Amino acid sequence: MFPKGTKRKFSDAGEEAVGGGGGDQGPSAASSSSSSAAAARQSLLDMSLIKLQLCHMLVEPNLCRSVLIANTVRQIQEEMTQDGTWQIMTQALAAAQCPADRLVATEVLCRQTDPAAQAGQSPKPFSEAEQDHLRADSRTGEQVFGTFEIKHPAPPPDPALDELFSDVDPSYYDLDTVLTGMQSAPKMGPYDLLESLSSHGPTALSSSSSCRSDLNELDHIMEIIVGS
Amino acid sequence: MEEESDTRKINNSFLRDHNYATEADIISTVEFNSTGELLATGDKGGRVVVFQREQESKTQPHRRGEYNVYSTFQSHEPEFDYLKSLEIEEKINKIKWLPQQNAAYFLLSTNDKTVKLWKISERDKRPEGYNLKDEDGRFRDPSTITSLRVPVLQPMDLMVEATARRVFSNAHTYHINSISVNSDLQTFISTDDLRVNLWNLEITDRSFNIVDIKPANMEELTEVITSAEFHPQQCHTFAYSSSKGSIRLCDMRQAALCDKHCKYFEEPEDPSTRSFFSEIISSISDVKFSHNGRYLMTRDYLTVKVWDLQMENKPLETYQVHDYLRGKLCSLYENDCIFDKFECVWNGSDSVIMTGSYNNFFRMFDRNTKRDVTLEASRENSKPRAILKPRKVCVGGKRRKDEISVDSLDFSKKILHTTWHPQENIIAVAATNNLYIFQDKVN
Repeated sequence: MFPKGTKRKFSDAGEEAVGGGGGDQGPSAASSSSSSAAAARQSLLDMSLIKLQLCHMLVEPNLCRSVLIANTVRQIQEEMTQDGTWQIMTQALAAAQCPADRLVATEVLCRQTDPAAQAGQSPKPFSEAEQDHLRADSRTGEQVFGTFEIKHPAPPPDPALDELFSDVDPSYYDLDTVLTGMQSAPKMGPYDLLESLSSHGPTALSSSSSCRSDLNELDHIMEIIVGS
Repeated sequence: MEEESDTRKINNSFLRDHNYATEADIISTVEFNSTGELLATGDKGGRVVVFQREQESKTQPHRRGEYNVYSTFQSHEPEFDYLKSLEIEEKINKIKWLPQQNAAYFLLSTNDKTVKLWKISERDKRPEGYNLKDEDGRFRDPSTITSLRVPVLQPMDLMVEATARRVFSNAHTYHINSISVNSDLQTFISTDDLRVNLWNLEITDRSFNIVDIKPANMEELTEVITSAEFHPQQCHTFAYSSSKGSIRLCDMRQAALCDKHCKYFEEPEDPSTRSFFSEIISSISDVKFSHNGRYLMTRDYLTVKVWDLQMENKPLETYQVHDYLRGKLCSLYENDCIFDKFECVWNGSDSVIMTGSYNNFFRMFDRNTKRDVTLEASRENSKPRAILKPRKVCVGGKRRKDEISVDSLDFSKKILHTTWHPQENIIAVAATNNLYIFQDKVN
C-alpha cells in the first residue's frame, strides 16, 4: 500500500492497532470525511513538535516563540482528545504493550491547560489549579520545555521484522542525527536506538525481541517527530 | 492623510551595498529623538549610528534638512555568560532618547540583557597652555617652569563623543524586548519575556521588579510579555502587551508590585476565523501610546489596532495590514515568519499610523479619512528625491499592471522597524541593512 520509505499516517497506525486490538473502534473512526483536515492537523502537530524540539536544544530559546508553539500543540491535543484521535493513539501504544511513560514526553507537552488560565481573564495568568492538575500527573518532573526523553520499553512479543524495516526511512536518520547530535547530554534518543539496533547484527535481529521493541518504539517516535 | 503618497519624496537614503552586507549590518531598531533633530539606528552588530538633520540652507533650498551621520559608536559587544555557558548577542533591541535638557544628548540602548545610558556631546574647543603639562599631556619638569600663564580655550575641529554614562545590568533572566523612559525623566522600565523592572536613571545597582508573570513551575507558562511602555504624561501609568493578544494598563500608585492591572484590553475572538494559528497571530508585537495619551496602538501579525483607554472590551479601530496572508498562515508558520515582530508608530498629530509588512512594503493608515496606502522601500525606485508610488498586492487570479501577486512577495525582505518625526512628515524606515528616510514633497 505504501511504497518503501514512505511514512504511514498517524491515523493509519491508529486504525491498524485498533483493528488488531479486536475491533475496539474509537469515536474518530467515523471522521473519515474530515480526513484531510485531520492530516493537516497531524502535519501541524509534527511540525510543531520538531520546532519545539529544536527550541529545547538552545540554552535560551526565544521564549515567546516557544510558548506560542507549545500552546499550539496543546490546542491540537485538546482537539484530538475531543474527537477521540488522541485516545486512539494512546490505545495504539497500549496495544503494542508499551509502558505508559513512553509517551510521557508528548503527554506532558500536550497537556491540557486550565481553561481559566487559557482564557487569560485573571490578572495572574497561571493558576494554582493547573499546578494541582500537574501534580496528579505521575511524572511532574518532565517539563514542557525539557527534552523528549525516550524510555527503554519492556520487550513485547511478536516479531514481524521485514514489515517493520519497510517503515524505516533512512532519511529520518539524518534528521535525528541533527536532532540528537545537538544535545550535549548523552541521552537515549531515536538515533541511539538505531545505533544499538545496528550493532545487534543479523542473528540478534532474528531472535531478539527487545530489538523488536526498539524498532516499534523507534517507529512511533518517528511518527511523532517526523510524521507524514 | 494630508501628505499624499505621490508627493512624498525621498530625502536621503543611506544605502550599503547589498553584496557586501553582513548579518551585523541588519538594522534592528530606529528612533527619532523628541525634537526630530536626531535619528538613531541600532544594528545586529551592536553599533549605534546617530544622524543629525542639516540646518536649512538658503543657497540650496531643495536640500531641506537632510540627515547626515553625526556619530557612530559601538554600544554593545558580544559577551559570554559563563554560568549558563551562553553567548549574549550584541544586537541592539531598542533605542530610546531622553528629552534634551542641556547641550548634550542622552539615549538608552539595550541588547538582550543590558541597558546602557549613552551621552553624545560635542567638543569644538580644547584647553591650551597648562603650566604643569605640555601640549601632549606629559608633565613638565618643574625646574623648567619659570613663569606662570593662564590656560586658554582654543577652537578645534568639531568632535562628537559618545560615552557610556551608566550600565544597567544583571536584572534580566530573559530577553529584554523593550525599554521606555518615564515622563518624570528620572526613571525608566526595561521589559523581558516575564518581568518588568523599574530603574532610576542615576542608580545602576538596584532595580525594582514591578511586574512578574513567571509561574512557579515553568511548565505552566502559556503567556509572555511582548512589550511595555510608559504613558506619555502620567508618570505612574504604563501598559504591557502579551502573547495572548491582551494589553494590561497598570498604575504604580496602587502597589509596589503591579500584578493587578487596572485596565485589561482584549477583543473577543471571532469564532468564524478561528484556527490553530489564532493565538499566534493575535500575539501583540508592539504597543504604543498616542502622543496625547488617549489611545493605545497595538500591532499583531495581520492587523494594527487603536484602543481608546476608556474602552477595554474592543478596539476603536482595526486596520488590516496584509490580510491576503490569512490564507498562507501554515507556510508562514513553517518558515517561522509568523513569529516576526512588526512595530508600529504614530505620526506627530496621532492622525496617521504606520507599520511594516513584507516585500519591503510598509503601510500607512489615515484615521480620519480611513484611507490607506502601501509604499515600498527599495533601492530600485528610491533614487534621491524620487517620488514613491503606491503599491498594490493582488489577491485574485487577475493581476493588473503595477500589481504584485501574493505568491511573488519576498518574505525575506521585511520592514519591522519604522519611526516618525515627532512634528513633521518625515519617516525613517529600516529595510534589512538599509535605512530609508522619506519626507513630504519640497516645493
